[in-house]
Amino acid sequence: MNSTQKAKGAHPVKAGWIGQIADAVFTNLTRICAILVLLIILAMMVSLFIGAWPAFKKFGLSFLVSSEWNPVTEDFGAFVAIYGTLVTSVIAMLIGVPVSFGIAIFITELCPVWLKRPVSTAIELLAAIPSIIYGMWGLFVFAPFFADHIEPWISDNLGQIPLIGELFSGPPLGIGLLTAGIILGIMVIPFMASVFRDLFEVVPPVLKESAYGIGATTWEVIKKIVLPYTKIGVVGGTMLGLGRALGETMAVTFVIGNADRLETSLLMPGNTISSSLANQFTEAVGEMYTSSLIALGLILFFITFVVLSIAKFFLVRLTMREGTRT
Amino acid sequence: MIQTENSPGKTGKNLLERGFATVKNPAEQAAITLDLSSLPVKLSIRDLDFFYGSFQALHSVTMEIPENKVTAMIGPSGCGKSTLIRCFNRIYELYPKQYATGQIILDGRNILSPKEDLNLLRARVGMVFQKPTPFPMSVYDNIAFGVRLYENLSRSEMDERVEWALRKAALWKEVKDKLRQIGTALSGGQQQRLCIARAIAVKPEIVLLDEPCSALDPISTAKVEELIDELVADYTIIIVTHNMQQAARVSDFTAFMYLGKLIEFDSTDKMFTNPLRKETEDYITGRFG
Repeated sequence: MNSTQKAKGAHPVKAGWIGQIADAVFTNLTRICAILVLLIILAMMVSLFIGAWPAFKKFGLSFLVSSEWNPVTEDFGAFVAIYGTLVTSVIAMLIGVPVSFGIAIFITELCPVWLKRPVSTAIELLAAIPSIIYGMWGLFVFAPFFADHIEPWISDNLGQIPLIGELFSGPPLGIGLLTAGIILGIMVIPFMASVFRDLFEVVPPVLKESAYGIGATTWEVIKKIVLPYTKIGVVGGTMLGLGRALGETMAVTFVIGNADRLETSLLMPGNTISSSLANQFTEAVGEMYTSSLIALGLILFFITFVVLSIAKFFLVRLTMREGTRT
Repeated sequence: MIQTENSPGKTGKNLLERGFATVKNPAEQAAITLDLSSLPVKLSIRDLDFFYGSFQALHSVTMEIPENKVTAMIGPSGCGKSTLIRCFNRIYELYPKQYATGQIILDGRNILSPKEDLNLLRARVGMVFQKPTPFPMSVYDNIAFGVRLYENLSRSEMDERVEWALRKAALWKEVKDKLRQIGTALSGGQQQRLCIARAIAVKPEIVLLDEPCSALDPISTAKVEELIDELVADYTIIIVTHNMQQAARVSDFTAFMYLGKLIEFDSTDKMFTNPLRKETEDYITGRFG
């Protein structure tokens, strides 16, 4: 009894100075951790800039539009890699967005209860597969299959169509921009599907009930109620998926073919920024070669930064709207 | 106190009898002395049981709902009154493991039959919920949405229909300059009247109101009640309410439910002045518990 009273008596003193010091130490520790993140980003940007500077100084803005990539003559341009990055990501989005959409709608609106958990778990497992395994699967399983069964059909049928035919002509190699885009599409599906699923789940059930209540079908409820309610978030989620597709390295490096020539056909090998970097850093000799690679990295950094900023912008608007709603 | 007068041996039996009193009562089928034969019947409910999984929420409810009248459902929370009206448009089917057995007959057809077209049923039986649920679209489209599902109206016909519904819901004056604004931007009371306008725009035969005023202030409540008075000329209205005064004010007939059973159903005047069942009286006078 006596001792506890003493302890109680001692407590205010402790809170007085030890507590204050402990608080100050704790506050500053967390502050340092937070500032560290900013410093790391800043340091990366600065070192990328310094590293890329010789290349930018030599080639100027033509670095962005030149499709030369010749280590022997030290003549470098980023266009092939930028083109490959954007094209594969767009293909990935064309495949990934509709499929993720379908998955999310099925899980939230149509799926029988007993199937909900298995499908959701499968999607999460798909997301947990390391990207190198996607790459291996793409190279050893998907690409040969694609070359034998699908690419001949594509070039025979789509290759003859005027205007877009150019995109689909060429020999069935298996590896190339289209294959890389498809593998990327498969890789972003689990991520986007779970983002979309979470979005669709925030639609108030009573809102859906009242739409069903005046006789709307499931499709009408999804099109007129669920999508308008979540559209900002859907755009944001798509952008997050795009950000992932742009930066993905390993799987793409396996199946894209790593050719530094500009090809119109999607069936031909190409290159992305990240796969160029992964492939060539070890063999980069000379200042200009290294500097050009770093410049590529800086461009990728810039593209993903812009895409993720847009995503953030949309998602923040969504949460702000949610806030005003309640 | 009564039990102390009984011999200990009889107490158990007495309790048993009392416990089962409501079940063994010869007049066990809800007290309905009402003679509805002079009135056209809109909905006929026969032996309706309702289940949430293994839990039975309604026990063989049998009643007839007269046409172009306001029927109020009262009873304590969880008594099954909302469950009952959710059967009338089968909205419960959106959720797994909820099902109803028995019959609900609307114009000679059993609407619980799986052959019944759900979307058409819901066009005939409109519903307004406890909380206002404007869709995330403009005031105009909120109303046009339901109409477009069933009718192919020209632009001007649609304009007329929207105005008609908004006028019916006593909202036209307030929103006629805001038709292009998003429906969620209206005030709570306006939103609820918008939902009523949306429900009547498809010209249903029955309008189900599930505690339509519980989220509204007294002025908006008064407006909704006036609206009910006007609508009843054209529609059969069924309203669930926790507010006894509201039931007394707006309804022609009142049903009292308790523990998933229909206890008493009669004209509102009779129910509030001279109910047959003690439970009804206790509930209405607030001596429940």
